[in-house]
Amino acid sequence: MRYAYYPGCSLHATAREYDQSTREVCGALGIELVEIPDWGCCGATSAHSTSHLLSVALPARNLALAGSMGLDITVPCAACYQRLRYAQIELEQNEAVREKVARVTGTAYDSKVDVKSLLEVVVGLAPETLKSKIVRPLDALKAVCYYGCLLVRPPRVTGFDDPEDPQIMDNLLRTCGAGVLDWGYKTECCGASMGISNEEVTLKLVRDILRVAEKAGADCLVTACPLCQNNLDSRQTHVNRAFGASFEIPVLYFTQLIGLALGIEPGRLGFNSHFVPTDKILKLIT
Amino acid sequence: MHHVNLTAAADAKFQERLAKASGQDVKQCYQCGKCTAGCPIAYAMDEPPNRIMRMLQLGLKDEVLDSKAIWLCSTCATCTTRCPKNIDVAGVMDSLRVMAKQEGRTRALRSIDLFNDIFLGSVRKYGRVHEFGVGMGHNLRMGKLLKDVDIGTGLMTKGRMKLFPSKIKGQGEIARIFNEVYKLEEAE
Repeated sequence: MRYAYYPGCSLHATAREYDQSTREVCGALGIELVEIPDWGCCGATSAHSTSHLLSVALPARNLALAGSMGLDITVPCAACYQRLRYAQIELEQNEAVREKVARVTGTAYDSKVDVKSLLEVVVGLAPETLKSKIVRPLDALKAVCYYGCLLVRPPRVTGFDDPEDPQIMDNLLRTCGAGVLDWGYKTECCGASMGISNEEVTLKLVRDILRVAEKAGADCLVTACPLCQNNLDSRQTHVNRAFGASFEIPVLYFTQLIGLALGIEPGRLGFNSHFVPTDKILKLIT
Repeated sequence: MHHVNLTAAADAKFQERLAKASGQDVKQCYQCGKCTAGCPIAYAMDEPPNRIMRMLQLGLKDEVLDSKAIWLCSTCATCTTRCPKNIDVAGVMDSLRVMAKQEGRTRALRSIDLFNDIFLGSVRKYGRVHEFGVGMGHNLRMGKLLKDVDIGTGLMTKGRMKLFPSKIKGQGEIARIFNEVYKLEEAE
């Protein structure tokens, strides 16, 4: 199984451990990732907040690059995934946009590549493939899966799971033996880039999410988005300061937990790079 | 709660432009309020999403384009997902931000507009966004030099901060996309 791999800007910097753990886990599971050569930024929220055409044209270049590789794309970052997938749909269904994108990029778009989130790709494996490779089951761990916004919404664009109560990450971690808890904040918003531009809003949203996770009895939160991970992990001390709280909940990428279950060394999964210490998680598992 | 002048003349041109830009028919909204009930940021907005929708039906251009709400919207799309009339409310918010920006009406919440400018400036210049540069640039322009210093230092010691940007080979192609998009939009 081969995919054109689109890491996105964060995975080369603030979410390096998501990139690391993605490569490790995919390697162990026989998913071959070929990084799209010279990929560019998807434009993220700033593009679609300022120009619809720009928000399709920037991803279109990446779709075309993958098209020339003849491979479907997989994207670990929820935000990049949603932007690439949105562009794919617009280019397929909206002739006027397709024509304008051809004008601004200088190339006609005729790519037939599909865009899948990394979560979908891993879940799409035959269940035995993962099960048979688990050497360190996550039995002692109680986790809540946090999907955030862009993996599941809007369903017209993403559509691979229930937008209100998604299950695929839950099931994936259950396959790894983890005790996955039910909770009501799976798809609430973390405030995304407002962490930078309007932090009070982000802190309130993050506080709410952490509070519900704690009440559910979670040892950790599990994410599939670098922006969610950053806001929930690195801003926990800010939340504690702002609200007089004392949260200390590790926030992990789903690939980091699968990696542990597959017996991969924590260091190779980026376990040394969190803000909230992850020692207690590692102790539960090893 | 502040008051909105409902007798102001409806701006039909504005309504038409919005319908064209967003592809949405806001007249379909029957004020059930689901968008506001699910909106994670409604608590901080001057006009919650359902009120924005009603104001659009009434053609209250100035009130909508000068609101903070359109900038506070994080485009989480909970409203779009739950609207019983299938209106893409988050898409409407996108179109409103674009229109507000085109008219230079970004003062309601300057920090977010500024973030978009700095973010896209980075993409245009390097082909990829340089996170550290964007964070620093935003702090400088907002006059909050020490904001998130703890996070920045943490990221650096954990090897998660790229101090210097790197340009992709296709940076010229990306810059061209920006130039052509803006040229085309100006002509329209």
